[in-house]
Amino acid sequence: MKSKFISPIGKISQINGQCISLIGNDIDTDRIIPARFLKCVNFDSLGKSVFEDDRKTLKGRHPFDLGENKKASILVVNSNFGCGSSREHAPQALMRWGIKAIIGESYAEIFYSNCISIGIPCFTLPKKSIEEIQNYCDNQFLFLEIDLEKSLAKSKDLNFNLEIKESSRKMFLSGEWDATSTLLENENLIENKFNQLPYIKFNTNLL
Amino acid sequence: MSKNTLFDKVWDLHKVSTLPGGSDQIFIGLHLIHEVTSPQAFGALKDKNLTVKYPSRTVATVDHIVPTDNQSRPFKDNLAEQMIETLEKNCLQHKIKFFNIGSGSQGIVHVVAPELGLTQPGMTIACGDSHTSTHGAFGSIAFGIGTSQVRDVLASQTIAMNKLKVRQIWCENQLSKGVYAKDLVLHIINKLGVKAGVGYAYEFAGPAINLLSMEERMTICNMSIEGGARCGYINPDEKTFNYMKNKLCAPKNEHWEKALTWWKSLKSDEDSIYDDVIKIDASKIEPTVTWGITPGQSIGINQQIPLLDELSPNDKLVAQEAYDYMSFKPGQTIKDIPVEVCFIGSCTNGRISDLRVAAEVLKDKKVSKNVKAFVVPGSEKVACEAKKEGLDQIFKDSGFQWREPGCSMCLAMNSDKLIGNQVSASSSNRNFKGRQGSPSGRTLLMSPAMVAAAAINGKVSDVREFIS
Repeated sequence: MKSKFISPIGKISQINGQCISLIGNDIDTDRIIPARFLKCVNFDSLGKSVFEDDRKTLKGRHPFDLGENKKASILVVNSNFGCGSSREHAPQALMRWGIKAIIGESYAEIFYSNCISIGIPCFTLPKKSIEEIQNYCDNQFLFLEIDLEKSLAKSKDLNFNLEIKESSRKMFLSGEWDATSTLLENENLIENKFNQLPYIKFNTNLL
Repeated sequence: MSKNTLFDKVWDLHKVSTLPGGSDQIFIGLHLIHEVTSPQAFGALKDKNLTVKYPSRTVATVDHIVPTDNQSRPFKDNLAEQMIETLEKNCLQHKIKFFNIGSGSQGIVHVVAPELGLTQPGMTIACGDSHTSTHGAFGSIAFGIGTSQVRDVLASQTIAMNKLKVRQIWCENQLSKGVYAKDLVLHIINKLGVKAGVGYAYEFAGPAINLLSMEERMTICNMSIEGGARCGYINPDEKTFNYMKNKLCAPKNEHWEKALTWWKSLKSDEDSIYDDVIKIDASKIEPTVTWGITPGQSIGINQQIPLLDELSPNDKLVAQEAYDYMSFKPGQTIKDIPVEVCFIGSCTNGRISDLRVAAEVLKDKKVSKNVKAFVVPGSEKVACEAKKEGLDQIFKDSGFQWREPGCSMCLAMNSDKLIGNQVSASSSNRNFKGRQGSPSGRTLLMSPAMVAAAAINGKVSDVREFIS
């Protein structure tokens, strides 16, 4: 674990950091955080257990254990990252380990929306560009400056036009990615909807 | 863009607004919660000084962490006890209906809601669990959410979400004898891939789907997420309505008639437009078994584990990882691979019809002495019905352990776990590395009937040899 964890808050427009490359397709959320760590009523202690079983298997050679990655904050992954269980514990564990943004070929849907909900922008790049970054990371440090306004990632050797869902990009730039208050602004509309839905009237017998 | 499908109709009906970022704000008709993904959401409500907006639209049960051997309180596992106590406290404080252990209706959340009649056509249903897609079997739009979205639903009864595209998976002909819904859905995921469904809702349709019972349809929709689709559904029909009639929370009397008329109007129109259509011939499917570490890595019982050269470039990386992890050889037949643990249960295949099919195979047979076999009913109602029919005795006589309801070794949050690199034949939904509780445990997914056959022979077997 690094310095004390502080949850992101407000506008996110710039993320600068060192990349950490994790190679593999279909890396599921059970691998990111095995189920036994879900026995908790808060997320506070998850950071140290991220990829626990994969790390134990690799005996110190897992990217999350390598000394040179200690300060990394931009995770670079391949395709369908975060598939499987909807556990938000997975991005929470990554975030508490120190990950602030992810760049990958593609993401599983629930994982992606969990990341957006807690303030981790997830960008996509074509397979070729991801491999270029991952090869680069094999040999040397890669520090990226990510500009969310322009959807650009810059470094001394490599530059990329990142892709991110426009709705997610706007939410981070406006600071409205923590959705609850935005949703509650429409309280009247919600009440109207509740009253309009046919089945609310059908179900008078129990709940 | 899809048009006039059930998905479009239900989505449009529940749309509250377009949010500033461009996502839709969607009203959630039924919110299901359990002990694992809700405590942090209630914590966040407290931090933000918010309350539960419509407590009557949220229903709770406890499933993931419950022990299946001894459910007396306090649980032996302190952390598990702490989680159930937290849920009890939160439900009490916020006046949320909670089906606790011993209520007669506790069980896996995706088994419980349909059997109570909570799950209904035309609803939007959300739950902090990826297998929420199960409820789509009734023609509802149901999807898994994370804890932050659980918080949003508790606080506002809505979530922010982008509308999905719709892919119809048209299943022609019918499944042959000894081939079940589980085989069909494993086959679909294998053909389309584990990420093909990202950004899509899957509409399962066609003669083979129409012939399935409601419980089989739940098995299909349950595993949509394993194909990447957050949401899967089937248009409601007479089977749907018959299943629902007289369920505890189903509409009654004049409400039933009104509901029926409305439900019938929800079906995808004859001329509806899909973003994509895929055809599958159900008659060609064999009993199907996974050999790897994703639910997409499956083959028919008489096939061989694929060689690297037979796979597309995109599948090679994870196939190599699977050979290494499973210690199976490319080209090896899946049939006759020895199994050490047999598990029947889960939200995919822990319902009464699953237990009936497995019991039929096990009747007057014995589990191989090398196998530890156990059955975990999906709910207290399933357990009760099974006992009434004498199924528990058939299981016990064969050498299966009969357990109490819960998620159990599907994800191994309780003490039901694989040990070391044991191979399990499992009726659950995920064969991920370490999924069943041991970091080197190996899971072979199959239908409950196939698990029963594997238990008898102590190795992967073709259940068709057991049924006349």
